[in-house]
Amino acid sequence: MEVSSLRRTIVSWLQAGPMVLVFFAFFLIPLVFVTIVSFWNYNDYEMIPEFSGRGYTDTFEGCIDQLPQFCTILRTYGSTLKFCIIVWALTLLIGFTVAYFLAFHVKSKTWQIALSLLCTIPFWTSNVIRMIAWIPLLGRNGVVNQVLVGLHLINEPLEWLLYSEFSVIIAFVHLFTFFMVIPIFNSMIRIDKSLIEAAYDAGATGWQTLINVILPLSKPGIVIGSIFVITIVMGDFITIGMMGGQQIASAGKIIQTRLDAIQFPAAAANAVILLIATMMIIVGMMRLVDIRKEL
Amino acid sequence: MAVQAALELVSVTKRYGATVAVDAIDLKIPAGTYCCLLGPSGCGKTSTLRMIAGHESVSDGDIVLGATNVTLLPPAKRGTAMMFQSYALFPHLSVLDNVAFALKMSGVDKPTRHAKAMDLLKLVAMDGYAGRLPTQLSGGQQQRVALARALITEPQMLLLDEPLSALDPFLRVKMRAELKRLQRELGITFIHVTHGQEEAMALADLVVLMNGGKIEQQGSPREVFNAPRSEFVAKFIGGHNVITTSTGKVAVRADHAKLFRSGTVWDGQSISAEVTDVEYQGTYVQITMRGSDGGDLVAQISEADFDSQPVTPGENVLFGWNPATAHPLS
Repeated sequence: MEVSSLRRTIVSWLQAGPMVLVFFAFFLIPLVFVTIVSFWNYNDYEMIPEFSGRGYTDTFEGCIDQLPQFCTILRTYGSTLKFCIIVWALTLLIGFTVAYFLAFHVKSKTWQIALSLLCTIPFWTSNVIRMIAWIPLLGRNGVVNQVLVGLHLINEPLEWLLYSEFSVIIAFVHLFTFFMVIPIFNSMIRIDKSLIEAAYDAGATGWQTLINVILPLSKPGIVIGSIFVITIVMGDFITIGMMGGQQIASAGKIIQTRLDAIQFPAAAANAVILLIATMMIIVGMMRLVDIRKEL
Repeated sequence: MAVQAALELVSVTKRYGATVAVDAIDLKIPAGTYCCLLGPSGCGKTSTLRMIAGHESVSDGDIVLGATNVTLLPPAKRGTAMMFQSYALFPHLSVLDNVAFALKMSGVDKPTRHAKAMDLLKLVAMDGYAGRLPTQLSGGQQQRVALARALITEPQMLLLDEPLSALDPFLRVKMRAELKRLQRELGITFIHVTHGQEEAMALADLVVLMNGGKIEQQGSPREVFNAPRSEFVAKFIGGHNVITTSTGKVAVRADHAKLFRSGTVWDGQSISAEVTDVEYQGTYVQITMRGSDGGDLVAQISEADFDSQPVTPGENVLFGWNPATAHPLS
């Protein structure tokens, strides 16, 4: 009895082992290094291994003096957070709708699988190519402007279609809705169909069923999808850079700029700040739903 | 508790594409009846129940409840309530909120609907579990909650889809008695779908035996058991032998059969048979035989009768019956 339970423990550790190793080697250890380096000193061309809070104080430089106006770092985080909220709301709305369609309107399993695979098509090309593809569409002389001008809906091309907050949001939503669709679909597909009939039997309208039954039971999927989208958008600098025409600051962009300037401790300090900010958002979301219970 | 209403099905048909699941059935269920729709799987009994509930559209025909033609009405407007096979309790809601769900949907305020839900939980002796989640309850407890939830709208008719199939045999018998008690107390019609003839016999005022989308026979359990109309009914309801005689097929109850040694002269009817099995069942002895017509035969005889003339497997016997107790089958 004891031998077999010991064997079971060993087997389960062996099964979890590879993931544990990867997690330690490529995530936890680098994270510890980043945190240590963030407290090092640095000058214009090298980092100095001695304790210093300069990485943090430089980042928040002038933030107290400039109050009530926000300093650069706060404004940048504000802007990133704004993207985060808008993109989260849009991907959630679209993702929930698509998942609902897949789970409840598509009756056959084959079609459900086929249509979910269809959602993955954007991922068949690289992120960069997908973003570049927006340029001929949204540019000053792009398809959208040409059509609008051609239909005499506008007199001159719209300037805000590309290299603007609008184009950043469009690209984010296009890229990341899929990360909402799959976990929400996965939650919805596990909802017993007889629950929906039971709600209908109790006189619930379609809308009432959605709010009182489907939405609460889709919560785990919504939270997992939201974590994907929020962590990616909070840390992104490529999409905001490319679609924003390198004109929009973001939390990720700050880290990149510091790295370019070989100010590694400052970059590391910013990475730690970003990590804390993102963790706070996720902890907040987890409080709304006890995900371990829901799973 | 609720208005009494009779249910009438008028040539109700359900087609799925080319297949006919329910074939123009006519059925009248008087108010306050415990009715069991009985039959093998795929006989159309569940489709019939779901059409009465309004969860399945009717291809042809009418469903009339009381004075209202409810064929096209949504479930909640029919005055029926359904209890689902797997109970379909909302896993994210407490027992109390599950029961109060229908009232919440119709906009009843919280104190009123919770008070009403508590009354119903008391009715099914589950008021001590109001704050629990469905997953924290046993199968039998979940079923009581599902019952309370279905009854909160004060339906004229409760529709139960194989309500006892998810329970273990001991609990099944216990819940069976409870369903019957509840139906008596409430005085409303229960329509109960089952494939267990024993369950139907124990519960029903009216047994409706279905096969192949049609009603094979309907009547009180005693009527159906004592006068099965067809070979299918006799075999499905159990306890009967179907024997081919010169005048056609007849049904003979296993407990009405008599056994004689081969060559015995007997003034009733008989066929020769070979004993294949002898089982002691406590209150009776069950003897299985292969008849000379090739069919299986079963006789249940009292222990005393068996002892006075014991038989063993392989022995040739005469399976006899009194023609007055045999029922000709169509």
